[in-house]
Amino acid sequence: MAYRQARWDEPLVFELDTPGRRGFIPPEPPREVVESVGPLRLPGRVARRAPPGLPRLSEVEVARHYTRLSQMSYGVDSGPVPLGSCTMKYNPRVAARYAFDPRLQLVHPLQPDEDVQGLLEIAWHVQEWLKHILGMDACTLHPAAGAQGELAGVLMIRRYHELRGELEARTTIIVPDSAHGTNPASASMGGFRVLEVPTAEDGNVDMEALQAAVGPDTAGLMITNPSTLGLFEERILEVARLVHGAGGLLYYDGANLNGIMGRARPGDMGFDIAHVNLHKTFSSPHGGGGPGAGPVCVKAKPVAGGVTLADLLPGPVVVRRGGEYRLRWPGEASVGLLRAWQWNTAPIVWAYAYMLALGARGLRLAGEVSVVNTNYFLALLRGESGYSVPYAPGRPRKHEAVVSAEPLHRETGATAEDVAKGLLDRGFYAPTIYFPLIVREALMVEFTESETRENIEAYARALREIAGEARRDPGEPKRWPRNTSSARVDNVRANHPRTVTPTWRVHRLRLEGKIGPLR
Amino acid sequence: MGGHPWIPNADPGILGEMLRAIGVGSVDDLYRDIPGEARFEGWDGLPIGEGGPLSEVEVARRLEALLGRVRVYRDPPPFVGGGVWPRYVPELVRYIVERGEFLTAYTPYQPEASQGLLQALFEYQSLMAELLEMEVVNSSHYDWSTALAEAALMAVRYHRGRRRRLLVPEVMHPRHRRVLEAYTRPHGVEVEEYRVDPETGLAVLGDLESRLGGDVAAVYLEYPYTMTGVVEEQAREIGEAAHGSGALYIVGVDPVAMALLEPPGRLGADIAVGDGQPLGLGLNYGGPYLGVMAVRWDARLVRQMPGRLIGMTVDSEGRRAFAMILQTREQHIRRARATSNITTNEALAAVAAAVYLSLLGPEGLRGVAEYSWYMAHYAARRLSEVEGVESPLLGGSFLWDFTVRLPRPASEVRERLRRRGILAGVPLEGVAPWLGAGDMLLTVTELHEKRHVDMLADALAEALGGG
Repeated sequence: MAYRQARWDEPLVFELDTPGRRGFIPPEPPREVVESVGPLRLPGRVARRAPPGLPRLSEVEVARHYTRLSQMSYGVDSGPVPLGSCTMKYNPRVAARYAFDPRLQLVHPLQPDEDVQGLLEIAWHVQEWLKHILGMDACTLHPAAGAQGELAGVLMIRRYHELRGELEARTTIIVPDSAHGTNPASASMGGFRVLEVPTAEDGNVDMEALQAAVGPDTAGLMITNPSTLGLFEERILEVARLVHGAGGLLYYDGANLNGIMGRARPGDMGFDIAHVNLHKTFSSPHGGGGPGAGPVCVKAKPVAGGVTLADLLPGPVVVRRGGEYRLRWPGEASVGLLRAWQWNTAPIVWAYAYMLALGARGLRLAGEVSVVNTNYFLALLRGESGYSVPYAPGRPRKHEAVVSAEPLHRETGATAEDVAKGLLDRGFYAPTIYFPLIVREALMVEFTESETRENIEAYARALREIAGEARRDPGEPKRWPRNTSSARVDNVRANHPRTVTPTWRVHRLRLEGKIGPLR
Repeated sequence: MGGHPWIPNADPGILGEMLRAIGVGSVDDLYRDIPGEARFEGWDGLPIGEGGPLSEVEVARRLEALLGRVRVYRDPPPFVGGGVWPRYVPELVRYIVERGEFLTAYTPYQPEASQGLLQALFEYQSLMAELLEMEVVNSSHYDWSTALAEAALMAVRYHRGRRRRLLVPEVMHPRHRRVLEAYTRPHGVEVEEYRVDPETGLAVLGDLESRLGGDVAAVYLEYPYTMTGVVEEQAREIGEAAHGSGALYIVGVDPVAMALLEPPGRLGADIAVGDGQPLGLGLNYGGPYLGVMAVRWDARLVRQMPGRLIGMTVDSEGRRAFAMILQTREQHIRRARATSNITTNEALAAVAAAVYLSLLGPEGLRGVAEYSWYMAHYAARRLSEVEGVESPLLGGSFLWDFTVRLPRPASEVRERLRRRGILAGVPLEGVAPWLGAGDMLLTVTELHEKRHVDMLADALAEALGGG
């Protein structure tokens, strides 16, 4: 199948600037109003002297410009996006109608609860369903992203120890070396020291190392299960006992929830706090990087003086009383607000539609098919010597699998990045590459339940072809991609202090000799 | 269960063949490594949805009914701001962000297949850079409050942790302040207020200067003030005072106000923050919004900047191309030593803002701002004619948000107006010690016609007149 992405020589919107063009006619203030208030008056010391350097285009040109840019983008609607740990599901269109409902443009976050019963009911359901899915006792939909859910969790861990008078001693959060980068980054943002523990050969956390790491300074442990290797952490109950025994809390990074959905729940494995990504497991779109939503849920574990973990949640919780829905804003014990307003409405509406449409049985099926898809892919790759499956190769994977291109690299010089570019040329989005860090030349593949069997087969075939081409001509992979909107991007130039160009303004000022290198 | 529209391999026939190829007898075999104690057997009985799959017809019907139970104020549109604003969303903006190639894309980790998205984000950064006259803009933060909180942490890092006090205006947005505190508390940062004059609504410079010292990491200004609408005329002087003591200057802005006001880049700001919400996003009951962050061309600032940056470069054929840049600041490379944990952001909202700014251009944005200015000043005048109402309350200039003092508690008046079909005002009690129960912030924009303002004035007179 030949693939060719659009390749417009589309100028920057600034280069389309034409004097006299306009894309929007603002309303004119009526004459009586102007007469009543007199001419526009601005404080002279801060009145803008020169208009901003925005381009002038007609609506026609703006529509074509961004349509062409969209044609040079690639989403789940374009084809498979098997990015590991990103859970790129199809985003059901029925939800778009309501998530982008023009009525919502006028709904202010300070509108009283009586006015927004429909939205609160949607949020309440998502909140309650998440409790069941995770096996937790309380949830808030407040966090704007998975990483903010993590920060919420870390701040709750902090508050837990603070309320128990142990914060001074509890300085460390333990994270496995296979963790997402956000885990250690969130722990640091929450003011903790991060201690990484290694992964054992069998793909589980190295228990000896964990035993040595856990101690009186342990505030908590952040872990994802299944791990980023797509493997279920077989000793999770032992891990939980160890951390709880030392007085720490257990945090579940829900990025990989699809791998156990319908079969196991973090709340039953000993986790105290968990976040989920509605833009992963629950099918709201990623939007090219966001907006997302990272609800965080907890067990009603006692903290001190009648306070439980549920009281520590940030942001509002929806409560239902006699068919009426109300927002309950956080109290004294809470870690507070992590954003100005309640939540990201659009992803919540989307997740509601997805969960409602599937129901409990449909959600289990989604999780199971994602696991079957992963293992089917690995089965198709068997016997191809260019790729290996490090860590417990015989164990079934869950939602994702990490394949190493190291054998191919040793044989031909082709890297994981080259393989990724080869996949782009064949019409697929690439896997997540060079992650997790513990696998060399890592290709992290996650099809989710949305992918067809035919596409999984074509993808596996593409990997074999890529290996074959690299063997025939080791120089060839370096020339990929050819069929995408651009050829291989020059990252050195993109980042060099003399050439780094984060805005058109920098480009212009540099040409005018008004700014120097970024150093 | 048979196939499902969103799960193409769900059909038992297809699934069975795949399982055989894997070499297992059943789906259960793929979960055999989950220890018994950790397994959950009661799944199918969980009250999620209706238990099993529903048709799209039923899902749409349910959503339609729920959205029908949301009260939307159209005539008149809401007179409520407070750091977000009711503004018109051009239809083209909504259309572009609904295009699947943008909507369903991931973060553009593979630049060659994501050039269009990267260019759109680069354009967002560039358009915002022109609006703010700052050289570097990231894309993006969750909202204004988190952009501010991360700017504050950045200021502390900039000073290598040796300065940990932040000076903020007394009338600062109370929720932004709570977020700022939640983010900075673990880092031993102290947030302290400088006084604002109760007559004019302008900062008391002497008070600010008396609080400055070698331990202040940054001085923050809202421009205009979100809760009073007042335009700070001493914005340059505040920056000079901050710099005089070695502190950074952070300016938070309403981007639409930049059509009329000198941008942060001309006020000496080191970091600008704000919310892109009025640039074509709508109110959305709390989000998605768009946290804006910009810095000037200074390597120390840029290296400490959190979030995603898109840069312009070339490809191997020498054609212009775009890519994510300076990624060594970010969590997926730097992990515990990253400048932030931010990953998922508000990229699609940034694309929306880019489309909005491209459509409006300098004249359209100025037109929207001027209309809002006129109508808000008309409203302030009309309300001043209502008995017992002091409007505007403060002497400082304003654009489209302004403060009034009512003879009754603002929350009560708000409720009475609501019963008359008008959503108006943010009660201001407690925002500053000198703002009382009767004080309220009102907002008027291009969505409001003259008759809407007249409706508000009449309804307010009624609301205040009755018992």
